[in-house]
Amino acid sequence: MTATILLQQLINGISLGSLYGLVAIGYTMVYGILRLINFAHGDLLMVASYAAIYGVALFSLPWFVSFPLAIAFTGCMGIVLDRGAYKPLRDAPRISLLISAIGASFLLENMALVVIGGIPKGFPRPAMFAKVIDVLGLRIQVLTIYIPILTLIFLAGLLYIIYRTRVGKAMRAASVDFETTRLMGINVDRIIAITFLIGSSLAAAGGIMWALKYPQVNPFMGVIPGLKAFIAAVLGGIGNIVGAVIGGFLLGLGEIMIVALIPELSQYRDAFSFVILILVLLFRPTGIMGEPITDKT
Amino acid sequence: MSSFFKLDNLVMQFGGLTAVNGFSLELRPGELVGLIGPNGAGKTTVFNMITGVYPPTSGTIHWLGQDLTGMPLHRITARGIARTFQNIRLFTDMSVLENVMVSFHQKIRAGFWSAMLGLPAYVREDQRIHREAMDYLQELGLAHVAEEKAGSLPYGRQRRLEIARALATQPKVLLLDEPAAGMNPQETMELANLVRELRDRHELTIFLIEHDMKFVMGLVERIKVLDYGTTIAEGTPAEIQGNPEVIKAYLGAPKHA
Amino acid sequence: MAKSQRHLLLNLAGILLVFLVLLLFERHGSLYQVRILNNMAIFITLAVSYNLVNGICGLLHLGPNAFITIGAYTSALLTMTANEKMMNFIIEPLIWPLSVVHAPFVLSLLAGGLLASLFAFLISFPVLRVRGDYLAIVTLGFGEVVRVLCNAFQSVTNGPLGLKGLSPYTNLWWTWGVAIFTIAVTTKLVNSSYGRAMKAIREDETAARAMGIDPFKHLLLAFLVSAFFSGVAGGLLAHLITTISPTLFTFFFTFNLLIIIVVGGLGSTTGAVLGAALFAWGGEALRVVESPIDLGFLRIPGIPGMRMVIFSIILMGVIIFARRGMMGRSEFSWDALWARLHRPAR
Repeated sequence: MTATILLQQLINGISLGSLYGLVAIGYTMVYGILRLINFAHGDLLMVASYAAIYGVALFSLPWFVSFPLAIAFTGCMGIVLDRGAYKPLRDAPRISLLISAIGASFLLENMALVVIGGIPKGFPRPAMFAKVIDVLGLRIQVLTIYIPILTLIFLAGLLYIIYRTRVGKAMRAASVDFETTRLMGINVDRIIAITFLIGSSLAAAGGIMWALKYPQVNPFMGVIPGLKAFIAAVLGGIGNIVGAVIGGFLLGLGEIMIVALIPELSQYRDAFSFVILILVLLFRPTGIMGEPITDKT
Repeated sequence: MSSFFKLDNLVMQFGGLTAVNGFSLELRPGELVGLIGPNGAGKTTVFNMITGVYPPTSGTIHWLGQDLTGMPLHRITARGIARTFQNIRLFTDMSVLENVMVSFHQKIRAGFWSAMLGLPAYVREDQRIHREAMDYLQELGLAHVAEEKAGSLPYGRQRRLEIARALATQPKVLLLDEPAAGMNPQETMELANLVRELRDRHELTIFLIEHDMKFVMGLVERIKVLDYGTTIAEGTPAEIQGNPEVIKAYLGAPKHA
Repeated sequence: MAKSQRHLLLNLAGILLVFLVLLLFERHGSLYQVRILNNMAIFITLAVSYNLVNGICGLLHLGPNAFITIGAYTSALLTMTANEKMMNFIIEPLIWPLSVVHAPFVLSLLAGGLLASLFAFLISFPVLRVRGDYLAIVTLGFGEVVRVLCNAFQSVTNGPLGLKGLSPYTNLWWTWGVAIFTIAVTTKLVNSSYGRAMKAIREDETAARAMGIDPFKHLLLAFLVSAFFSGVAGGLLAHLITTISPTLFTFFFTFNLLIIIVVGGLGSTTGAVLGAALFAWGGEALRVVESPIDLGFLRIPGIPGMRMVIFSIILMGVIIFARRGMMGRSEFSWDALWARLHRPAR
């Protein structure tokens, strides 16, 4: 393998990894506040991609209008998801909440199948993303470079919200203890809604970028990226936002590099991340950046 | 071995916070000892260290010459140290009788296959467990509610069931975590008598946490006082009552009020 | 007559009744009816054993499809003749000794169950170290890993092509025999001292440990028993549909089982049986919504996915509005039936 190919794969890995990271943020935020794996989170990638397609195709909106609208729509979907599937179960046993999450995920996927159909739809790819440029003798699609940059911008924005604003402070408080937060006069349900709004919007952004990268949209497109993003979140230390992005980078890089270095393993690519998950849970359940897992009582 | 039950310099740290700082205690067989202190003093943490809910950061626990430090909870119970919980933790969806029967499982002699095949050895043992569990319920005045769901019992009976369940593991040392919490004076008095009776009848050594000063003072022979994780006093109830440190910890520090 | 003897007699009578009904259907039932009855029994076996882990022990295990896959493949590879195997494995030959071993159906089922249990044992160390959401994801992961391996290990599983032309050994007697056996064993286990320990762990693990119960040991026990019966059911399924491939046993399969035990009532064996029966019958009935409907003057095209939409809504509806499902955690008993039958008379 030449240095060029290695570099090329490195860039691909970072690009894929930052998508995982972007989606992982949503998992980690919701887990941090509700101690719940939002199984339906990955499906929001699909929702966003279809929304973007319909914005462009049905309403003939230009992409720079359609994409943000799709992100906003998906963000609201996240709130609806919480209100419909999780809020009624706040005081129920954990197993119920998780089952509801699985149900919500299947519902979203199959609703899409019923309404839109199972035939993959092409994703409208604006020319400016598909352009290929030469860098140091490498031929790289500009999208591959935009993705990590956008991810870092989103991350910076999110960190600003969480550490520099009142809402962020309330979110941090709620992730420690609902009751105390409530006693301090904060509307916890509103904070949870905002968490879902932000997490889902980021998933939507990830979904649209995913669709730009692999322009085939189908009702089940969010399942695998969703699972991997979740693993990225665990790898980085669940509940920790910076950790989620780092976990995403590591997972994406690892996946691409393993296949690049040992091509025989390519058919096991999807199993790789689960092996990582199991190793992390066995040897360092708190992930790279995580604090000890505590039960919120 | 020289010591019956000995805690030596137990320390528990959570992150940067020291919950218990150097707790030592020796229990003699048949003793009734109390552990008191204001809220958040680290009393339950002491229990949790003894029973292995979490291993102490440092220090040792010795029991009949064995080192129990860091041993998992279920093995500690098997060695004859049982406990109740401050925030009642019954198996709420199981019957009162089943709650007590669970405690016998650790000592069951019939194996899995014998249970599955319904061999006479297992059937006899299960009948014996049923009978003995009923005896414990009888002793704690719960026999008439044996078939009810544990979660549906009123508060005072739930506390008694916790004790019945712990007794059924046939311990030598019993740790009671605020057994009188939430009880009215009448119930509290009955409980004090019960604890004394149980100690005598089952040859127990009892170590209990309590908030209710009156209850402790009238019941135990020796008291340790904990404040901010540190032992601030130790002695007979009479000594403790007059100890200025203790009075200060309970009354003098407005942050506890 | 002692109570226990009377119950034994009633149980035997019940089983006899089931077999009479089966005989009736075997003689006079349509192929369609027999297929539903077979599916019903296999789903009962799967649901009852799945409920042992999820309902009785309270773990959210999402990988029974892995056990079913292992049981199905093991059993299929054992009943196929050397010749049939050669015809199937055209891309890569089946490795020795699998290419030559051959076993009767009953042994192949046992082997399938045992191998599934062995797999459960191997994964139990990472799986049972974690709880709650983590356990859900790890078991889901193992389910996926098994599917990936099935696709990849062509020289054992024939990869994506799967195995075709298995002998249709499975019939009503096998499926219902296994189902009744599974119910009997599970009930015996749940009502034993071991079952009490499992329920105690579900209710409050710390308190159970404080009563001297070792959670790992008991959860492992449930896991192994559950895997065994899932594996056997996988073998039955393979020889019922006679063609298996990795796409058959995805997470969808697990999802169906989850619906069954949630609707039946998590923690109730009776509920799992009722849920499975309802699912086998209702699932078929619901096929209507996915197939084209021809009303003579109007053709409504089938809507793929509609069934799953309905299932998802049922699952969420039950978990949100009627969390205890049909049975809650209660079980069928002759005494309760007796009491109910006599209440109106008084």
